[in-house]
Amino acid sequence: MRRREFLGAASAAAMLAACGSKAQPPLPPGTLSGANDALGHRLRQPDFPAPTETRRTTVAIVGGGIGGLSAAWKLARSGCDDFLLLEMEAEAGGNSRAGKNEVSAHPLGAHYLPLPPREARATRQLLAELGVLQGDPDAAHPVYDERYLCHAPQERLYTNGYWQDGLWPTLGVPKAERAQYIRFQEYVGELRHLRDSAGRRAFALPLALSSRDPKFLALDRITLRDWLLREGYTAPGLYWLTDYACRDDYGTAAAQTSAWAGLHYFACRDGEGQVLTAPEGNAWLARGLARASGGRVQPNALVFRVEERSNEHVCDVYLAAEDRSIRIIARQLIWAAPLFLIPHVFAAPRPEWLAAIRGAEYAPWIVANLTLKEAPQTRAGHSLAWDNVLHDSPALGYVVATHQQLRYAPGPTVITWYRALHEESASRRHRLLQGRDAWAAEVLADLSRPHPEIRELTTRIDIHRHAHAMIRPLPGRLWSGTRGGFESGRAGIQFAHADVSGLSLFEEANFRGVLAAERTLSRLGVSYASSL
Amino acid sequence: MQRGRSTNNDALMQRPLLVSVFIVASCGLAYELIAGALASYLLGDSVMQFSTVIGVYLFAMGIGSWLSKHVGGNLLVRFIQIELLVGLLGGLSAGLLFLLFTLHAGPFRFTLYGLVLLIGILVGLEIPLIMRILKREVAFKDLVAQVLTFDYVGALAVSVLFPLLLAPHLGLVRSALLFGLLNAAVAAWALWLFRAQIGPLVLLRTQCVAVIAFLALGFGFAGTFVSLAEANLYNEDIVHAETSPYQHIVITRWRDELRLYLNHNLQFSSRDEYRYHEALVHPGMAALPGARRVLVLGGGDGMAAREILKYPQVESITLVDLDPRMTQLFSQSPMLAELNRGALGSPKLKIINADALQWLEQTQEMFDFVVADFPDPSNYSLGKLYSTAFYRLLKQHVAETGLIVVQATSPMYARESFWTVVATLEAAGWQTTPYHALVPSFGEWGYILAGRRGYRPPAAIPVPTRFITPDALPALFHFPADMARIPAEPNRLDNQNLVRVFEREWGQVQTH
Repeated sequence: MRRREFLGAASAAAMLAACGSKAQPPLPPGTLSGANDALGHRLRQPDFPAPTETRRTTVAIVGGGIGGLSAAWKLARSGCDDFLLLEMEAEAGGNSRAGKNEVSAHPLGAHYLPLPPREARATRQLLAELGVLQGDPDAAHPVYDERYLCHAPQERLYTNGYWQDGLWPTLGVPKAERAQYIRFQEYVGELRHLRDSAGRRAFALPLALSSRDPKFLALDRITLRDWLLREGYTAPGLYWLTDYACRDDYGTAAAQTSAWAGLHYFACRDGEGQVLTAPEGNAWLARGLARASGGRVQPNALVFRVEERSNEHVCDVYLAAEDRSIRIIARQLIWAAPLFLIPHVFAAPRPEWLAAIRGAEYAPWIVANLTLKEAPQTRAGHSLAWDNVLHDSPALGYVVATHQQLRYAPGPTVITWYRALHEESASRRHRLLQGRDAWAAEVLADLSRPHPEIRELTTRIDIHRHAHAMIRPLPGRLWSGTRGGFESGRAGIQFAHADVSGLSLFEEANFRGVLAAERTLSRLGVSYASSL
Repeated sequence: MQRGRSTNNDALMQRPLLVSVFIVASCGLAYELIAGALASYLLGDSVMQFSTVIGVYLFAMGIGSWLSKHVGGNLLVRFIQIELLVGLLGGLSAGLLFLLFTLHAGPFRFTLYGLVLLIGILVGLEIPLIMRILKREVAFKDLVAQVLTFDYVGALAVSVLFPLLLAPHLGLVRSALLFGLLNAAVAAWALWLFRAQIGPLVLLRTQCVAVIAFLALGFGFAGTFVSLAEANLYNEDIVHAETSPYQHIVITRWRDELRLYLNHNLQFSSRDEYRYHEALVHPGMAALPGARRVLVLGGGDGMAAREILKYPQVESITLVDLDPRMTQLFSQSPMLAELNRGALGSPKLKIINADALQWLEQTQEMFDFVVADFPDPSNYSLGKLYSTAFYRLLKQHVAETGLIVVQATSPMYARESFWTVVATLEAAGWQTTPYHALVPSFGEWGYILAGRRGYRPPAAIPVPTRFITPDALPALFHFPADMARIPAEPNRLDNQNLVRVFEREWGQVQTH
């Protein structure tokens, strides 16, 4: 008995010491933001006021993400000034919006752009216009402003209690498994240079310029995971990296992602992993595009009804800030909002559109911005990088907003934590809907493994929720012909969203926007120099 | 069950001994952890240090257990003596090792493993002895169960307490002393409890009191002791030491020589800093008779400003140093202000405590001469101050005919690093003139002058100097074969190759 009492007392003392003398401190303050879902969901039961005013414009652009902004940019640059861009949110930019606090600007979504390949001509042209790409935009390897190139060190991976350099898990990985890494890297290196008889890349960005050779397109029918297994790739580290890549770019696990999409990630670029980034993520790109449109971007404007007439489109728009509706009659319409909204907005959606949308899934994302008193400590391994990835976590790790700042003094910082809810299906969104505090606690728990001091360092956590962040490239979504109805466009309507490509990438949205604008310009008889 | 069999008498005997097993086991593990932590702290390579220390320690415990069969006589007396010895050795182990390391007084590793071996042997003796003492009272199966249980629980308690409470709050030296005191306390307690069996052993009592007093004294003065050891790390008298939000600032004096260390790196010695600062300032300033607006980046010690103020045409000096504590110290301490001849108090000088990069980004000011005197590029933050982006930014603030000078580490010890900085300036569009000077405290040191056009060395140095004189100038610009230019890549923000090259080169210097 005495022994038991003694043991009990001793273990209680040990537990007390382990827990620390202080109780768990309260969660740091912060906000929950995200797409204006209250407004967006009103599309399900439209109860908007009747339009009180009618305006006419040559081109109406619905949606101000990268697709819509790119379309507006191309129209404006071609001298077409009579257009209106209608954006539901208070600010245009879509996934590329940013927040800002007293410490730093920080991303709310997309936060980097890999150096675009030659095929992404419009994107390179934009970068040249913004002064970031210097010299010939069509050069094989153009020069970029080093302030926008991600500063060294770019990335590190937390695995087995140690921060290793780069993202391929190498610590304690046997030679045979590393040989698989090399085999895979050599294989995708070959894919990068592979061209079909028509001279098209096997995997091009924009994807529309890819080879249509059936032996490549067949990859769209299986998952990346099955492809890896079929090809004898069994190394857990290789599987982890490809899974990470799919979650990072598509919000989807490797076991759900089309093998074509998964290989596209590795094979469509030739920038050796270099990326462009800024404290505000990709918002500088969205703002650069928006500047070209001048005052023709109308925020807080929800298009709730579109009716196609013989030679014009009637858009009914709810102006949330004024709580009234207006009617906009446009000769040409560029639809740059997510495609899943089409059945809710169009008075008479075409059957081929509905067929194309059927089965489309969107990945929800959670983005947390943590304001820290100072950068977190590195206990073992490589020093803080821009991208800090956690191996044993469903989340993607965090990027450091102040990394690109020209400063050398230590000080407060903002880190942005990313989590694609890749395991959530459209019908199981309950975790997405959990409140700010539940997410803040989850973020802190995830980050406390590499950084036990994270709670003490954090002064606020702001959660940003994206319910429909990215269309998922599930097997069959890219090359089984479903996208056709949107790709070709119609007499008076063009589609300018990355959803049309099926991959939620900046370059795709930019390409779709510029393509839609150029087709619109052709219809209007306006001459232009193609950016594609 | 056991309670039924126990008599009051064995309870009296057993309980304290079992409690002491708990304490003794705690102490045993603590010395092992402290030795491992200290070795990894001082020698690095923690995996190596911990595994060798633990290995030696466990092996030593084995020796102790084996030796225990030779221990005879009054076991209680032996136990008390061993406790006192463990307390003394273990308690002093961390302090002794720390002092030895900083004084370079003897073979550190030899002493480390020797101490670990000795403590291990003594600790190895403890448990067998206790078991032999208790075996008279308790059945063997209970004995083994009880003693080993307390042994392991004690080890657990310390392994949890050590990293969470002891090491962070008490430090290694004081933690060791605390456990030494615990061992001695067990001895004293046993002496008092078993006074009937042992008898009045005056010598043992005296030893007990002496050990406790000695360790307690050590515990009280451990703070002074650690700073004493740190003073020995610098081998000089520390006249000032503080930790600002940015760095650890230490100023030492040895006879009439003052030295400044930032984060343990020597910044200057008053014996030869004139060489460093004259070489930094005069080749540029003497070539710019029209220089009126001068910018000093870094250089919070005011020595570069002192040299610049010798030129009467200078109207203003802007000194941008991150750390306000540095500029306060070197303007307010009479001893230090004397070194820079009160330069920081000059009406021509304006001090700005800011991050040089951020300040340059927002200022509109233009300068005729800029001194970039930053710490060496030993990490990615500092590496930004040697990047093409930084030198391009600087260019926007330098007059058409102006010059900049950059301290650029040693072309001798870090040859590729030096020429990397040259290549970086050139990639940013500067015409460079590298040069070097011998500063005995540092060795052969490198500087780079850069302007929009070529630089011509001045015919005269119009101000009083001790080292940089016109006839000494030509030799500065000549690089002998062992320091001559080698190909190097510019240091861009997106590769920061300078940081890696610098780390490799200075790493090699330190291991030789």
